[in-house]
Amino acid sequence: MKKTLLILTRNPLSLLGLFLVTVIVLAALLADFITPFPEHVGAVVDFANFNQPPHWPNIFGTDLVGRDLFTRIVYAYRISLILAAVVLIIAVPIGVAIGLAAGYLGGWTEYVLMRITDIFLSIPPLVLAMSIMGLLEPTLTNGMIAVTAMWWPWYTRLVYSITRSEREEGYVLAAEVIGASKLHIMFREILPNCVPSIVTKMTLDFGFVILIASSLSFLGLGVQPPTPDLGSMVADGAKYLPDSWWLTVFPGLAILFAVFGFNLIGDALREILGGDA
Amino acid sequence: MPAIVRLLAKRLATSLIVLIGVSILIFAIARVIPGDPARIALGPNATAAAVAALREKLHLNDGFLTQYGYFVADLFRGDLGISLYTNRPVTRDIAEFLPATLELIFVSGIMMVALGLPLGVISARYRGTWIDHVIRLVTLLGVSAPGFVWAVILMLLFAYYIQLFPIAGRLSDGLGFQPITGFLLFDTLVSGNVKAFGDALWHVILPAFALALSGIGQAARLVRANMVETYTKPYIEMAEAYGFAASRIANRYAFRPSLIPSLTIIGLDFAAMLGSAFLVESVYAWPGLSKYGVAVILRKDLNAIVGTVLIISAMFLIVNILVDLMVSVVNPRIRLSERPS
Repeated sequence: MKKTLLILTRNPLSLLGLFLVTVIVLAALLADFITPFPEHVGAVVDFANFNQPPHWPNIFGTDLVGRDLFTRIVYAYRISLILAAVVLIIAVPIGVAIGLAAGYLGGWTEYVLMRITDIFLSIPPLVLAMSIMGLLEPTLTNGMIAVTAMWWPWYTRLVYSITRSEREEGYVLAAEVIGASKLHIMFREILPNCVPSIVTKMTLDFGFVILIASSLSFLGLGVQPPTPDLGSMVADGAKYLPDSWWLTVFPGLAILFAVFGFNLIGDALREILGGDA
Repeated sequence: MPAIVRLLAKRLATSLIVLIGVSILIFAIARVIPGDPARIALGPNATAAAVAALREKLHLNDGFLTQYGYFVADLFRGDLGISLYTNRPVTRDIAEFLPATLELIFVSGIMMVALGLPLGVISARYRGTWIDHVIRLVTLLGVSAPGFVWAVILMLLFAYYIQLFPIAGRLSDGLGFQPITGFLLFDTLVSGNVKAFGDALWHVILPAFALALSGIGQAARLVRANMVETYTKPYIEMAEAYGFAASRIANRYAFRPSLIPSLTIIGLDFAAMLGSAFLVESVYAWPGLSKYGVAVILRKDLNAIVGTVLIISAMFLIVNILVDLMVSVVNPRIRLSERPS
């Protein structure tokens, strides 16, 4: 772990990634203290100061009802990060367990589990999340459910392919010979060998969950106002291009930097840890 | 039986199973939602009798399996039901909006392959140099933003500030062109209307590029990763020892074997555009499935949602089968196994 961090800080690109992610996470954690107008996170209006280009103290400008855009972006980061964390905490164990079971047990279990996985994988990710989100009410919790439902199959596929190739390895056969239980072999013998790939994929996915969640809210199927959200900010601002460019450009770049940061770290991890994520 | 036919038959069979699964899944999601779809469709002012009549018509009072049975029976007649939003057959709605989306995706797909593959090859050939670093950085940026962010940024730069491309739509007004199939690039070409063809092409470039950017990045990164691995193989070293030109080694010996693992994923990415097209279409007011899809989802228009998702999934599967076939054509291990040994 320590060695990994050391290598990460030596490469300028992964260093940039670490920097971006650290800044974003710190900003989200300390949002109450670093934003100039914390009260603007809610349904506040300040019509005297609406739709202003960037100026001091509204460094990213103000939105259509006069709220500080910088404040709202920082709070939107907080919500995006929480959403991504919750989605991965739920989706990864489910996907990993199914992948291990399908890959190690084989036979009918494998066939049924992998066909179910295929079904989820053959609806384009965004379309599946859109349908679930649209049919439920658009709230933060339902957004998490919708994204989780489309995310676990990717981990199933990853772990399944590793498990398949590990199944015949000497250490697995040895464990079988001394009578270890199937659960023991799956979770204590094979799983540790999947961990590097899973960690790499989770790092990349932290960014991609943010990306998909913002896409849902861009389409109006995400968190509802007045909760700040990067995707819906871009959608609302797009009607006022090109004059009020700050309404779309800053939230758009905010998504880009967050996903880019996680991608840079994930890329570096892939090179250090190996793995096929 | 030739290997390719066997492969095709097997893939078609599994795809059919998957498609049945998709229909059950999406049908189940559509039926477990809270709220009464008939009430939502008719609005709060409709009489209880009207709601009851619509419930009866939609078979909402029957059990899940019976409802699914009705759905499948209709499906075999090519009937996906009536959209409660447009009051027209869902199949007709989809047939109207799908061509615009497919055209957009098609152009994006061409861009993805035409730009992504060469970028990956160049990056791998000059691996470790500044050229490689620049390409890696740019392609990573490409995959790091959703289509709508690129759509907005490209529109601002190349339609507003530098007025190179139109802001919205598929054709300029006043051309008086009547579409035949709905695929404008095809229609204009067939009718020999060069001016309209140029106009349609001019309209599609910016949205298609916004949609393609993440795919270009993905393709370049994949090809690079696979090629860098291939470069460590002994036969590359031998080719180098023979004194072959670096470009020949890159294009012929390192690229071709790297293409096979890359193609499958590129195909998946291409198919995923069926979803991300929604994001770009709404920015450029592109008259495709996006507006319809979002509208029917927001209105809980069950028939239309189930129909749209089913059609998109079917296309997704078809694209994947086509990619598998292409891979097997490129891959000599499969292609040559047709010969009697």
